[in-house]
Amino acid sequence: MSSNPQIEARKVGKKYGKFNALRDVSLGIGEGEFLSLLGPSGSGKTTFLTLIGGYDAPSAGQLLLDGQDMTNWPAKQRGFGMVFQGYALFPHLTVAENIAFPLKVQKRSEAQIADRVAQMVEMVGLSGHEAKKPVALSGGQQQRVALARALAYEPKVLLLDEPFSALDKNLRGQMQEELRRLHRELGTTFVFVTHDQEEALALSSRIAIFNHGELQQLGTPEEVYERPANRFTAEFLGDINILTLESGGIAGTPIQLSGNAAGLGHLAVRPEHMRLAVAGDANALPVRLRDRVYLGAKSRLLLETQAGEELMLYLDNGPGIADPHPGAELCVAWDARHGFVV
Amino acid sequence: MRAHLFLTCPVLLFLGCSYLLPFLGIMQLSFTDPDPGLAQYSHVLSDPLTQGVIWRTLRICTIVTVVSVAAAYVITLLWVRGRPMVRSITELCIMIPFWISVLSRAFGWLSMLSNRGLLNTWLKDMGLIETSLQMTRNEFAVIVGMSHYLIPFAVFPLATAMRNVDERVLIAADGMGASRLRIFWQAFLPMTASGIIGATLLVFVFSIGFFVTPALLGGGQSVLIAELIYLWIFQIPQWGMAAAMSVILMIAVGGILVLLMRRYGEMAK
Repeated sequence: MSSNPQIEARKVGKKYGKFNALRDVSLGIGEGEFLSLLGPSGSGKTTFLTLIGGYDAPSAGQLLLDGQDMTNWPAKQRGFGMVFQGYALFPHLTVAENIAFPLKVQKRSEAQIADRVAQMVEMVGLSGHEAKKPVALSGGQQQRVALARALAYEPKVLLLDEPFSALDKNLRGQMQEELRRLHRELGTTFVFVTHDQEEALALSSRIAIFNHGELQQLGTPEEVYERPANRFTAEFLGDINILTLESGGIAGTPIQLSGNAAGLGHLAVRPEHMRLAVAGDANALPVRLRDRVYLGAKSRLLLETQAGEELMLYLDNGPGIADPHPGAELCVAWDARHGFVV
Repeated sequence: MRAHLFLTCPVLLFLGCSYLLPFLGIMQLSFTDPDPGLAQYSHVLSDPLTQGVIWRTLRICTIVTVVSVAAAYVITLLWVRGRPMVRSITELCIMIPFWISVLSRAFGWLSMLSNRGLLNTWLKDMGLIETSLQMTRNEFAVIVGMSHYLIPFAVFPLATAMRNVDERVLIAADGMGASRLRIFWQAFLPMTASGIIGATLLVFVFSIGFFVTPALLGGGQSVLIAELIYLWIFQIPQWGMAAAMSVILMIAVGGILVLLMRRYGEMAK
């Protein structure tokens, strides 16, 4: 993030009646950034996007655009592009007319509009579909029209509200690739709302994680995944093993911790950071194998500590690899730096 | 399948007895009374007086349709998209006339528009006019009365279309900088086109067969097709002519329906 953010939220809050949809959110969005707002439904991520876009006004706090107070500007004054959930295309207009709409509003010349529309159609790969109405298009194609329409007038910022939620998994992957490409080519700031953590990890330069209307953590995908700020973030992003800590150990086995963890209750370790070990290794925790799920290239081992807590890890399948059976007494170990206290 | 056919039998029987048989009777009458042949049809289509009635009916019905659908559009807009208070008031204004009989409403307009009616009295009291304006026994009264009756029928298809408009599309248009006027003309209006076509169809077809309102408010000065048929049956008995006119009316309405439905089908694509 540059030192002067393009968009800045200062203690922004939003209440609907007595319901606090958003509380005290402060963050900066740098120019050209790809920021994902990630969280479960009802976490306030879409509310925050709506406030940035100017489609609703915050109940508290301040929003700045390039240092200027834009808190009370309506959406049209901010001039951001927006891709709505469900696309919000004009059903009575063709693909080309949909894309031309914002350009006509700006009263550009006919020739300019025709050029720009052709360019956008090309960019999102819809050549040959210009004269079709939205009903005649597939979900993915409608999505492209919505993208082209939102980007047609070269907005400084593009806001996307769960744009891929209605697409099937293959198409999602394809559209994610295209979105990355568009972001790379255009250098526009993208703010992207999603509840899909993999999507957020794959696309974003930074991720803002929301829960219960509060910002939980803001950081690069690596930061939020590998150093979650709290238990919610740790559990929300990917798989994680959570073990109860008691006076420097787990279930009677002493454990090395990174940093000072005095008085804190749980240790979290990602399954990919755990490995099978032998008793006597550093940080080795005795466990019993409950079940082994064969997944082809690897197996998922479901384990249980002596205190009865469940954990899991992945084991590569291949020649010369130990093949433990359910009921076997094993040990797991991990580097102290991969365990974080939550 | 067989059971379905069996179960629909009573309905088919009812429709056959109450619609098809009488209609066949009318058809027969139109070709045989008083003499066998096409004389009734050629008379109906060539007689200047009858032609005049047909043209007047088409003209008045077109005006009534345009007036009703336009007024209904504004009213529906208030009903569907107004503030809660406006909505409730509009709903009452739509529903109450809807429940009042067509006869009472025609008499209501008579007392409103006649030479010594409320409107003329007010205008005189305010000193705006010297002598009463002739507002009944003419086409103006017929158009007012028929439009008033038909507006609620136009409201319902329009309300359905307006409720189906995706709010996000309008928000998107606003976000792209479109003015309220542009959002209305280029997004909202075309997105409710199906409702406008439905309302037009319904009102026009209803208006063509109108009898009570034109008879009362037109006062015999502005005879429409339905009243002409009535005259040929009860006043100057010429049942063959009445039958021929009825068949022509039916074919005309059917033709208009087919044309509009086809147009509607294209719009929906």
